[in-house]
Amino acid sequence: MATISLTVNERAHVVDVEPRTLLVELLREQLRLTGTHVGCDTSQCGACTVWVDGKSIKSCAMLALEAAGAAVTTIEGLAEPAPPGGSPRLHPMQAAFNACHGLQCGFCTPGMVMSATELVRRNPRPSEDDVRHWLEGNLCRCTGYHNIVRAVIEAAAALGAGAGQGPGASIAGQGPGASVAGQGPGAKIELGQGPGGGAR
Amino acid sequence: MSAAAPGEGIGASVARREDRRFLLGKGRYTDDILLPEQTWAVFVRSPHAHAAIRSIDASRALAAPGVLAVLTGADVAADGLGGIPCGWQITNKDGSKMVEPPHPALAQGKVRHAGDPVVMVIAETRAQAKEAAKLVDVGYEPLPAVAHLRNAAAQGAAQVWDEAPGNVCFDWHLGDAAAVDAAFAAAHRVVAIDLVNNRVAPNAIEPRAANGHFDPVEDRYTLYTTSQNPHLTRLLLGAFTLKVPEHKLRVVAPDVGGGFGSKIFHYAEELLVLWASRRVGRPVKWTAERSESFLSDAHGRDHLSHAELALDAAGKFLALRVSTLANLGAYLSTFAPAIPTYLYATLLSGPYAIPAIYAEVKALFTHTVPVDAVRGAGRPEASYLLERLVDKAALAIGADRVELRRRNFIQPDQFPYQTAVALQYDTGDYEATLDLALAAIDYAGLEERKAAARARGKLRGFGISTYLEACGIAPSALVGALGARAGLYEAATVRVHPTGSVTVFTGSHSHGQGHETTFAQLVAEQLGVPLASVEVVHGDTDRIPFGMGTYGSRSAAVGGSAIVKAMDKIVEKGKKVAAHLLEASVADVEFAGGKFRIAGTDREKTFGEVAFAAYVPHNYPIETVEPGLEDSAFYDPKNFTFPAGCHAVEVEVDPETGVVEVVDVAIADDVGVVINPMIVDGQAHGGLAHGIGQALYEECVYDDAGQLLSGSFMSYCMPRAADLPMFRVGNHATPCTHNPTGVKGVGEVGAIGVPPAVINAVLDALAPLGVTDIEMPATPEKVWRAIAAAAPAAPANATGGAA
Repeated sequence: MATISLTVNERAHVVDVEPRTLLVELLREQLRLTGTHVGCDTSQCGACTVWVDGKSIKSCAMLALEAAGAAVTTIEGLAEPAPPGGSPRLHPMQAAFNACHGLQCGFCTPGMVMSATELVRRNPRPSEDDVRHWLEGNLCRCTGYHNIVRAVIEAAAALGAGAGQGPGASIAGQGPGASVAGQGPGAKIELGQGPGGGAR
Repeated sequence: MSAAAPGEGIGASVARREDRRFLLGKGRYTDDILLPEQTWAVFVRSPHAHAAIRSIDASRALAAPGVLAVLTGADVAADGLGGIPCGWQITNKDGSKMVEPPHPALAQGKVRHAGDPVVMVIAETRAQAKEAAKLVDVGYEPLPAVAHLRNAAAQGAAQVWDEAPGNVCFDWHLGDAAAVDAAFAAAHRVVAIDLVNNRVAPNAIEPRAANGHFDPVEDRYTLYTTSQNPHLTRLLLGAFTLKVPEHKLRVVAPDVGGGFGSKIFHYAEELLVLWASRRVGRPVKWTAERSESFLSDAHGRDHLSHAELALDAAGKFLALRVSTLANLGAYLSTFAPAIPTYLYATLLSGPYAIPAIYAEVKALFTHTVPVDAVRGAGRPEASYLLERLVDKAALAIGADRVELRRRNFIQPDQFPYQTAVALQYDTGDYEATLDLALAAIDYAGLEERKAAARARGKLRGFGISTYLEACGIAPSALVGALGARAGLYEAATVRVHPTGSVTVFTGSHSHGQGHETTFAQLVAEQLGVPLASVEVVHGDTDRIPFGMGTYGSRSAAVGGSAIVKAMDKIVEKGKKVAAHLLEASVADVEFAGGKFRIAGTDREKTFGEVAFAAYVPHNYPIETVEPGLEDSAFYDPKNFTFPAGCHAVEVEVDPETGVVEVVDVAIADDVGVVINPMIVDGQAHGGLAHGIGQALYEECVYDDAGQLLSGSFMSYCMPRAADLPMFRVGNHATPCTHNPTGVKGVGEVGAIGVPPAVINAVLDALAPLGVTDIEMPATPEKVWRAIAAAAPAAPANATGGAA
């Protein structure tokens, strides 16, 4: 067991983890943030996608120990927090998934939303092709992707038009070269964050 | 007249009400549920396709940290647990019954497929259970195995069951063989085809999971499980496997992350977590890892077929003869025998007037994962066979493939139409959907697009499928006569609250279909209450009186009809209450627009006023009408429903690499009345992706020893966003004539309609190279090899285009 500290959805945690504990296990089982899902055991499906220090990663492919000191954002931390007695206000990406019917069973949805949000942060005007290639690391069995692609493009337009942005929605981080047009998921690792991108 | 507020009733694309919890990460899936004192189960599964179990040594596992119990088939037998039952019995050609071997929850004596569960390990944590499972020492004596249909049918093949010689589970037939023989003897032309329908894995993105809790104080069991039909699971647990009465059993299927058929069936793990919870005195939870899903979720399809079509000189279909081998795997899954029989051969007339049809189906056991329903279930196999065969016939007689279909369609004035394979279609208009799809894809401009593709070095092909399917399963008496061991009605309770809001308890289960929205739209339409005043409850046997669940695209057609029927009763009762309040005769009260009104006057009571009077019965016809406003209905369908349509696909093949790109998909479906167009389109999209997946990407590959080679998402190719185009979905409704909603069903049309259209398009693209056949999935390797084999002398790029 090792003790690590990290921030999850802007809340500080100090937790004991085994060396083999995956970040997704820490999130789901210890912190009970069950919005992040596990759909495979080979890092193919992307249902476990979260942000670590503003970058979308598959939390089944990262040890909890590696997240020591990091700021993690999960699907539960994307919407604007609820005012007292109220209900959270959906992030424009979440709102677009609802408006465009971009989800059916909802299981892949958190990963889709967390991944797509980073795409739009890097590339505020993604083409259909950009979206399809960026989402190659996220499997959906229900939607045929059609309405997911529509949702991401619509969310990009809404974010560009300055629609209400949740805490993670900053698009200020569009540094030079941040466009990912035509680039696959591998580009996520190589592209640096622009100034302020994802800083929490 | 619609009583619903504008934009809320039937026909409105209402945004889904269930989305919010999913989008906020607040869905509640089975694996999200953590019970007090939770323990974890991991299964030791057979690494062999076929082996005798000589010994099981659990001593090291029992000594491992955190381990609470290690349970085997011997424990299952000692505690008297029942085997997993099969819900459908098929009668052989000779009148005898199918072979129905035992299906113990944990293997006893022998394992019969790689992945067969042998030992259950329960520990304090998931990691501890997993570690301990590795320490269980099972002594196997490997035995010869058979995985493929061709081998299973061969002389001297390894035997899966002693009681099933030749590995035959059943040898069944349907139709009039003599009439077919006579028609073939008189035929102008006979066209034959041999087809493989590839084995696929369902792959809902949520893996199966089960969490069982036995409460010794109440003597009551609760199961949380990834199920499409919690009441059916409760029935099978109660009557067959756990053997405790239903009132001691609660089955909850909370949010379920997709089903596609795989979560219909009662699986051993559901029984075992409940039983283990009683043994260890704490809740026991199991969640499949994906590689475990590949080895334990029922697979789909896996047919080998030979078919022959007889035509007259004018190109009219005279008769169809079909012979199919179907793989059932090692054990009979819940609905397995029904899939290659009554959900397959009965569909072999498709949308065509074929006077005589004879189909024989031999179903074989193999040392593989059980095969059962996967999205479409039998109907994709039928449409694939028929639509490939019709294309081949068109080529053989030199007819246009569109015109040949047109010439043989059942015409609108022929309904109700009795097919040669038992079904009677109530309604349809097959030319209407054909024309819509052809217009959408610009069939007239095909040659130009082909020429443009050639100029880019690509081979463009066009394919269609004019499919028909049957859903809304099913009239109970009919399926009972065909071997079903359950009724296939649906149940609903509609509870009107005193202030006029409504809770619907439905036996249908939503695992992506959007019932919380569409069923509420039905209520808004019929009762005239705002959508926001309607709650839809599903998935909990303690809250819902009964249900048969969701599969076969039956929820709106059967479950929705049950809700409508319950609301009819509420309206009838409401009229009596309103008549009293309005001092009128019941016969004079009509209900429309959410108001009870004396016909021809403006004297009326609102729905809410009547509901309140029913619960506060101070001024009330108490002598003749009970207080309260709640009613239930069981709706048993009068017939299947028959969605049909045309799926048109264009592909481009790169002759250098064999890569097939789906460049356009335009479909037109007749799914009956559409409650929510946005949701219906979404169902079609998902089915299309599933069907394109089967046609181009997906296949469960077994080696000859029975090892599953495609056992993870690394090796089983799921369609991804970049593999698919946008879909264009059109609709032409001929409402179902025999249910109150007019709905036919949409959940499976994509998976049923599109695979033959894709392959027909690939073959159209490759026709200039002399390729005449390709098997699903049409992977780059298969396409490349087909090109190379068809034209060994000509380089593949000799198609007039520049690379």
